This record gives sequence, structure tokens and C-alpha cells, in this order.
Amino acid sequence: MTTLSTEKVSSPATARDSAAEPGSVGIVAPQSHTFTEPLELACGRTLPEYTLVYETYGELNADKSNAVLICHALSGHHHAAGRHSPDDKRPGWWDNYIGPGKPIDTDRFFVVSLNNLGGCHGSTGPASINPDTGRAWGPDFPMLRVRDWVHSQARLADVLGIQQWAAVVGGSLGGMQAMRWSLEYPERLRHSVVIASAMKLSAQNIAFNETARQAITSDPDFCDGRYLEQGKLPRRGLAVARMIGHITYLSDDGLGKKFGRELRSGSFSLGAEEAVEFEVQSYLRYQGDSFSGSFDPNTYILMTRALDYFDLAREYDHDPVAAFSHARCKFLLVAFTSDWRFAPDRSREIADALMHANLPVSYAEIESPMGHDAFLLKNERYQRVFATYMQGVAAEVEREVN
Amino acid sequence: MRIDLDIIQNWIPARTRVLDLGCGDGYLLEQLGKNKQVSGYGLEIDHEQIERCLARGVNVVEQNLDQGLGNFADDSFDTVVMTQALQTLRQPHLVVREMLRVGRECIITFPNFGQWKARWHLAFSGRMPVSDLLPFEWYDTPNIHFCTFKDFEVLCRENSWTILHRQVVSETRIGAAFKDLVPNLFGETAIYHLTR
Repeated sequence: MTTLSTEKVSSPATARDSAAEPGSVGIVAPQSHTFTEPLELACGRTLPEYTLVYETYGELNADKSNAVLICHALSGHHHAAGRHSPDDKRPGWWDNYIGPGKPIDTDRFFVVSLNNLGGCHGSTGPASINPDTGRAWGPDFPMLRVRDWVHSQARLADVLGIQQWAAVVGGSLGGMQAMRWSLEYPERLRHSVVIASAMKLSAQNIAFNETARQAITSDPDFCDGRYLEQGKLPRRGLAVARMIGHITYLSDDGLGKKFGRELRSGSFSLGAEEAVEFEVQSYLRYQGDSFSGSFDPNTYILMTRALDYFDLAREYDHDPVAAFSHARCKFLLVAFTSDWRFAPDRSREIADALMHANLPVSYAEIESPMGHDAFLLKNERYQRVFATYMQGVAAEVEREVN
Repeated sequence: MRIDLDIIQNWIPARTRVLDLGCGDGYLLEQLGKNKQVSGYGLEIDHEQIERCLARGVNVVEQNLDQGLGNFADDSFDTVVMTQALQTLRQPHLVVREMLRVGRECIITFPNFGQWKARWHLAFSGRMPVSDLLPFEWYDTPNIHFCTFKDFEVLCRENSWTILHRQVVSETRIGAAFKDLVPNLFGETAIYHLTR
């Protein structure tokens, strides 16, 4: 796990290497900011100080009106676009959609992408040191809700001098943040882009998350969450949690197309006694293993709980229309046909509530066999819809500057 | 520019809520927003048309009309509009009924299958009419439920829907001259303004 010290504030990621890689923001470097004003949390506790790690792409205009906030999903982080070094095997997690000429066009927007509080990629989280004890927070780290992230993101906006986001954009859990922004800070965003998300999880969704958490907590190396103090890591449990997640983020069709019943090793010929391994088995294990080496199990628990607890309209008498009547921004909603964890019906519910609340909203349902993961992957129609909408956002902002 | 869209604008009061079923490229909603501060939403399923709406900054929601309007509450709009889509629906009469539940009034336009050209075509060539307005062969046409003005008015009568206005449009010279005299024979497009 990489942890950035607070002193190590690096230069903004404006270096461009796009000649080498067209459409890329090039080589980027994370920055960080430590907030010393205590943050009151939804759970009633207070975080006396905390650090947020973030990256920025593109340039902030003179009016500071072209900023776009990227909110990450369950296992995401600040590195959304570009590469940290030319040898990086893979670019940031949303490089398909952020960059010069891409839907979130860094030639027009100033993009801010952070690692959320409670994360494990440099922002303060369960793996950070609790100043009161001098040891890792572990299970003592406060429970966080989506609104806590939104409040901490607003503080980051203050630091960057951004009074109003041109857009707050997120997929899945990120979409929940984009919606919460519209209610908590209605004047501080022009557009909320909510992709493959929901106003609340279904029982089935919570069930999957609970199974994943149980996989982690029942690993003997979990040590009631104090594995860091014990010099252990519940890697097997986290790997299983990730495998469960991975299956549900894909679709039956998507997995079938990718792997079918292809064998990695062994055979079914008569007389062959050796166990057979399917390609899908080996793929899932690889995904689980590589994830469990780079992600903090307590963060996984914390973020899946934030997902489960999220209920946009809870404090508005469970009436989404009443909730959205506080919003002032415009909305774009996108869902994917084969996504069964954040199904199109969930996005339609958001659209219905927004229309009922008389707020501007557009909704597109993208054909894709890739399940929930589709929001990260290349898809021609998704790209066009997203780009067309964001061009409108950019034009709106630029019109006001001129 | 389609004449019917200009006429419709006159029938929609300023600062009201409009739902446009099969809103196409969003032109009508854009004009209504600009000229009459109407807040509106379009429903559309054609991908390219949805992008055109997004490019215009018109609210467009991907929704198939054949699956009904069950997601909209009673009286949630002042006017529900549907231009040139009636003939593409699986159950047009149910959609009109839904339009009058969701909106207090509705405006519907459709091509007149009783127009003389269509009658002439069928009568003398013995084949299904193909024209500039309806340029499809019978087997691949999205237009599956044609009707004439008379047919539509029978449907309105049977359902006790009140026709507030009817305007007949024709873009040909003959049509323009005779459409008011014998609308069902000379009108190309009808615009009906209905209420419950």
C-alpha cells in the first residue's frame, strides 16, 4: 500500500506527455492536503485532522468555474487518468473517459479526483496512524457515510478555490456522492452526473456486501481488524470478498463471452484424474490475489458499509421527490442494460423522482453485456452520450466567462 | 421545419409543464423552453435523436412508449404531446388514455391514411402507399397502426375524450386549398388537442 506523507506535496499534474499517448493526460503526480479543522461525521464522532490525496488534470480557468469533481466507487482512488510513470502498465481507472478530447475533456475542464476519506491510497483511513494511540486506527476508525465524503470534498474545493463545480461526476458509489452533493450543497454544483447508481441498495445488494465482509472478518488473520498491529493481513478473506464482488459486477453473458467453459489446465478425457481448472477460476483467483495485495481490508469493510447505509431520501421522509426538491443542478443519468447490481430500473427511479421534482434530467440506457463494470469500459454509445452532455456543460461555463 | 410543431406551440400556455412523447431531436421542447419558459421532458428511444436532444440541452429520458407511462403520476403535466408517433405504437388507444391521465390535456399529431394520395395509391396500384411523408415499405415500416382522421374521431367519441381543437395541415397546393373543405381526403397531418 502506498502512503504519502503530508509533507510530500508534489507539483500539480500538468505535465503533458500526450504526444506519446494521444488522448491521455500524460504523466501525473498525486498531491495531498492535510486539513486541521475537525470534521464532524454523520456517526457523531469527529475527525480532528485528516489528509486527502488527489490528482488534478487540465487547467483551472480564471473564474474557477470549469472544475469537475470525480467521485470514485467502492475500490477506487485518486488516480483516475494518465500514468504515474512511463513504465506504468495501466493508466488511471477512468482513463477511458478523462483526457484531452475525451468525454471529460481536460482541454476544457479542470478535473479533480481524490482518494476518499477512509481510503487506503494515501488519504486518512483505517490503515493510517491514530494520533491518540500512535497505532493504526484499524477497526477504531470512525464509520463513514457518503455525506461525510461529500463534506470532506467540499473542504477540498475550498482549498482549491472552487466555489462551484461545473459538474460532480461519479459511477456506482461515486454516483451516490454526486447525488448527495446536489442535496448538501445545492449551490455548489451546476451538474450532477450519476452513472450506474441507485438511491439506495436493494436487499440483494446488501447481502452480497455482507457476504464479502464475512469473508474478510472470518479470515483468521483478520484479528478483529487489528491485523496491522499483529503484523498480519487477511489476504485470503479479502481475495474472496473481491471475487464475490467481481462476479456480481459482471453479467452472466459477459463472463460467458470472456471465458465460456475454457480450461486452463487438466482435461476431461477418460482416465485423466488430475483436477480440471477452468479459465474463469484462474481469472477470479488472479483478480482476488492482486487486489488483496493492494487494498486495506478495513477500508473494504468501511466502504461497503457506506454503500449499504446510503439512502438518499431517508431523512426526507423516504420521499425521493421531497429529497430532490432541495437540488438546484441539472442531472445526467446513465445505466447499462446488463448491470444487475445497479440495474437500469434504479436509474429510472432517480429519473422519475427528478422529473416529479421538476428538475432538469436526461437519462440514457446503454446496451452493454459487461454488467456493472460497463461504466469503466469503452463503449461507443456511452462515450457519445457522456461527451455530448459534457460538451454542453463546458459550453455553458465558457459562455459565462465570455 | 414541421408546420405541426409551430401550431402546437400556440396551444401550449407559457410556464407550464410539458411531456413530449417521442420527442425526436428535441426541437419542440427547445422552442417551448426558449419562447415560453415551458419546463419539459422528452421521452425517446432512438439513440441518435437522444444525442441530438442532449446537444440542444433538452431534457430527454430514454423510455419506450409501448411500456406505458406507469412511472408518471396522474395530472403530473399540464400538457402531454405526441407528434407523429401514434401510428408506431402497439396499442395507440391505451397510450392516449395514459396521456390524458398524466396530463390534463394532450396534443396528438399523426399522418392521415385517408388522404387522397394514399387512397389513390392503394386503389390504383393495389399496393401499400409509399410517399415522402411515409417512405417505408410495408414490411419494415415503424408505422404499424395507421388511421384516418375519421377513425381517430370515432376513437375519441368511444372514449368520451373532448376534442378542444383540430387543425389539418397540408403542404401541397391542392391539399392546402381543399383541406378545410374535405379534411379527411386532403389533409396530410392532423393535430388534435384533447382533454378528458
